[in-house]
Amino acid sequence: MARTLVVVGHGMVGHRLVQALRDRDTTGRWRVVVFAEENRPAYDRVALSSYVDSWVPDDLALAPHGPEVELRLGDPVTEVDRVRKTVTTASGVEQHYDALVLATGSFPFVPPVPGRDLPGCHVYRTIEDLDGIRATVAAARGVGRRAGMVLGGGLLGLEAANALRGMGLSPHVVELGPRLMPLQVDEGGAALLKRLVEKLDLTVHTGTSASSIERDGERLFARLSNGLELDLDVVVFSAGIRPRDDLARRSGLEVGARGGVVVDDACRTADADVYAIGECAALGGMVYGLVGPGYSMAEVVADRLLGGGAVFPGADLSTKLKLLGVDVASFGDAHATTEGALEVVVNDAVAGTYAKVVVSDDAKTLLGGVLVGDAAAYPSLRPLVGRDIPGDPVQLIAPSGGGVELALPADAQVCSCHAVTKQDITDAIHAGECADVPGIKACTKAGTGCGSCVPMLKKLLAECGVEQSRALCEHFDHSRADLFEIVRSTGVTTFSALIAKHGRGRGCDICKPAVASILASLDTGHVLDGEQATLQDTNDRFLANIQRNGTYSVVPRIPGGEITPEKLIVIGEVARDYGLYTKITGGQRIDLFGATVDQLPRIWRRLVDAGFESGHAYGKALRTVKSCVGTTWCRFGVQDSVGLAIELELRYRGLRAPHKIKSAVSGCARECAEARGKDFGIIATENGWNLYVGGNGGFTPRHAELLVSDVDTETLVRVVDRFLMFYVRTADRLQRTASWIEAMDGGLERLRSVIVDDSLGICADLEAAMAVHVESYADEWRGVLDDPEKLSRFSSFVNAPGTPDPTISFREERGQRVPVPLGLPEVAAR
Amino acid sequence: MTAVVELTWTSVCALSALQPEAGVAVLLPDASQVALFRTFDGALHAVDNIDPFSGAAVLSRGIVGDRGGVAVVASPIYKQAFDLTTGACLDDPAVSIAVHEVRVLDDVVQVRCP
Repeated sequence: MARTLVVVGHGMVGHRLVQALRDRDTTGRWRVVVFAEENRPAYDRVALSSYVDSWVPDDLALAPHGPEVELRLGDPVTEVDRVRKTVTTASGVEQHYDALVLATGSFPFVPPVPGRDLPGCHVYRTIEDLDGIRATVAAARGVGRRAGMVLGGGLLGLEAANALRGMGLSPHVVELGPRLMPLQVDEGGAALLKRLVEKLDLTVHTGTSASSIERDGERLFARLSNGLELDLDVVVFSAGIRPRDDLARRSGLEVGARGGVVVDDACRTADADVYAIGECAALGGMVYGLVGPGYSMAEVVADRLLGGGAVFPGADLSTKLKLLGVDVASFGDAHATTEGALEVVVNDAVAGTYAKVVVSDDAKTLLGGVLVGDAAAYPSLRPLVGRDIPGDPVQLIAPSGGGVELALPADAQVCSCHAVTKQDITDAIHAGECADVPGIKACTKAGTGCGSCVPMLKKLLAECGVEQSRALCEHFDHSRADLFEIVRSTGVTTFSALIAKHGRGRGCDICKPAVASILASLDTGHVLDGEQATLQDTNDRFLANIQRNGTYSVVPRIPGGEITPEKLIVIGEVARDYGLYTKITGGQRIDLFGATVDQLPRIWRRLVDAGFESGHAYGKALRTVKSCVGTTWCRFGVQDSVGLAIELELRYRGLRAPHKIKSAVSGCARECAEARGKDFGIIATENGWNLYVGGNGGFTPRHAELLVSDVDTETLVRVVDRFLMFYVRTADRLQRTASWIEAMDGGLERLRSVIVDDSLGICADLEAAMAVHVESYADEWRGVLDDPEKLSRFSSFVNAPGTPDPTISFREERGQRVPVPLGLPEVAAR
Repeated sequence: MTAVVELTWTSVCALSALQPEAGVAVLLPDASQVALFRTFDGALHAVDNIDPFSGAAVLSRGIVGDRGGVAVVASPIYKQAFDLTTGACLDDPAVSIAVHEVRVLDDVVQVRCP
């Protein structure tokens, strides 16, 4: 019979423990019961400041547990009886345990400043805290200068300042120590960090503290110990954390001198059936406030519960993060506390970068380092801590060009989030289990935590001789993106000219459609003009979707899913007259199946005459912009989602791309249009629109991620213009937007910097290219109907144009015609 | 007894009606179908039009090109490539399709068939 594990607390570490145990406990040895104080399941607290981008709690959600895990929310454990081995909750539930894990986390430390309990003073730890800060800011709206004070200039304090900035406030950061991020960053790095963040409307006050906070009407006034007085909308405390060990204290378990449940290196308390992990645990006299060591502890306990002998591997306090857009990394002995340690610094005030490595007294061993402004070297330096340096230490941080290629030893930990070594990864590569970064992620978990090691994964693939060939096929050595640039810059307009100059052979079913798509993206006329017709896959060649019996389906465009009864009747009549099987699609359109090649133009003629046009269901192109009914009808709607969906669909219709593009617009946060499952999805807010990018359904479903929020329609359209054109130009063949973004160095942040902040200076060009597309759009069906030469190719047989294909036959199912399966006796009998 | 299969030439279309690398379907007197291609170098090829992997009569609508210099057509249904000269499937050695003789007589393309 299964034994019962009770987990107290469902934060990130508790969640990780449950996931790790469920992953490994394949024989069901443990029943898991989790009691959580918060009313929502564990979420990504590390990313808490991003909550202000969307105010959608689900954006921070972690992967849910399976239904076999009993997760009791909003019911904290109040008592532990270690003799009877039971816990009791606030609601009075009593639960027996065979093993108990305390994962109660920490609470924010609030320094004893007079006035700290006034309305408008908040801590920064939970979604509810941020909701509270938001309410305070909203109530103070329109009174005086918009400013907030954050007490604490550490990692969390800067995150809180970022959140305040996201709410439109000018943050003051007050740090008692002499510099920002005193734990992670040294004096030189902190000086640069201060300079960089002050450019972002932050005011940094170091070496001082708040001596009092007072309220006067709607305003808060804070007096600092250096005499300064600040006029504020809100005050946020983020001056550190304290372990929540009261439950352990009450049940007689030992706690450390500075708090925390004392555990051994198996994360076990003096009671062999009780463990403590994460920020509530004191291990080796230390309480760790980072998620990384907490995750390590969760893994150790999961292993121990299943009879393993894992011990805490030691905490890697290395950190790499982007604070307010500034890269900061700290690793190993960042403060050179090792005896005789030497520091080598490259401080480039002009470029805005600071890099320091700490080495042993003989300059042979890397001990640690600090990087500010540019942390690109972090993934290759961190695993080298404690190891010999090849050559001169300054080479490690020399500006690009002078840097040396670092060969990592086999046992170096590449992914510190999941403790994956270089050897683990190279073994998997050599065993043929993976040949690209997504493959490595799937089979080793490396790169799936903070993601900072992803550039190193690419290097390891190259080191292992896995050719990351970007050649399109045997006929071209170029990637699709390279070919796009070649076509764009040389102005070549035919496949024959392109392959003669830049490729070899006669092409194939990979490169021909890819080049056809590029030519179409550059709007070089109808997709069936001249030689282009021979490049197209059959769907694009016949402007319809081929089905299993060789017939095609026809999808007219119904922008935004809005259609008049008259047009609906026309579709019905056409379907009836041609005996077409009719089905509503997932994209709010109507699909008409079973048309033969020679019927297609006649069907289009009827549709076009009634005001329809091609819906491009056949193309690697924009498909549909789905919408909910929006504010016109819906009592919950806050914007006109149908109107926007129609505007977007008409703007981007016919845009050829590396893969199909789907979109949707929801009129409120209820998200009835399922916009987050689309390549670009828009969700209305009270103030405008939120734009999400990189979602898809299909084999590997992904939720789109927030790119910009609360923008007006004009801004939204501008950003979507840039997004789509950048995708069209740079993605690989058949790469959806999700994997395109994932494959970028820097992912979504990189995308944002290019198309929102215009870091490459190409946005005007992208917008101009989209303007050309919008201007030159023409219906492809009409283009065939108006051209006798194109029309002549829509015949069943070159020697018998009017004769139907004798292999095609239909039977009836549920009142409609469906294909007779090919190769079955019925076919032979006819 | 020896069965004698008589092969005859069927006139199909004018040579000028064949666009390079764009196939057409041909209906033969016995109701079977041939996919007819004119490759970039001017050569003519005729193969069965029925794709053996799907049973659909669609090979004339496949993309024509080459694999390692061998002229091929790729089925539009599941993308297997067939050697236009031999009929062999390059993706599955166990599968092949029939090839038919083609000639041009007074600018008229003819296919030889039962």
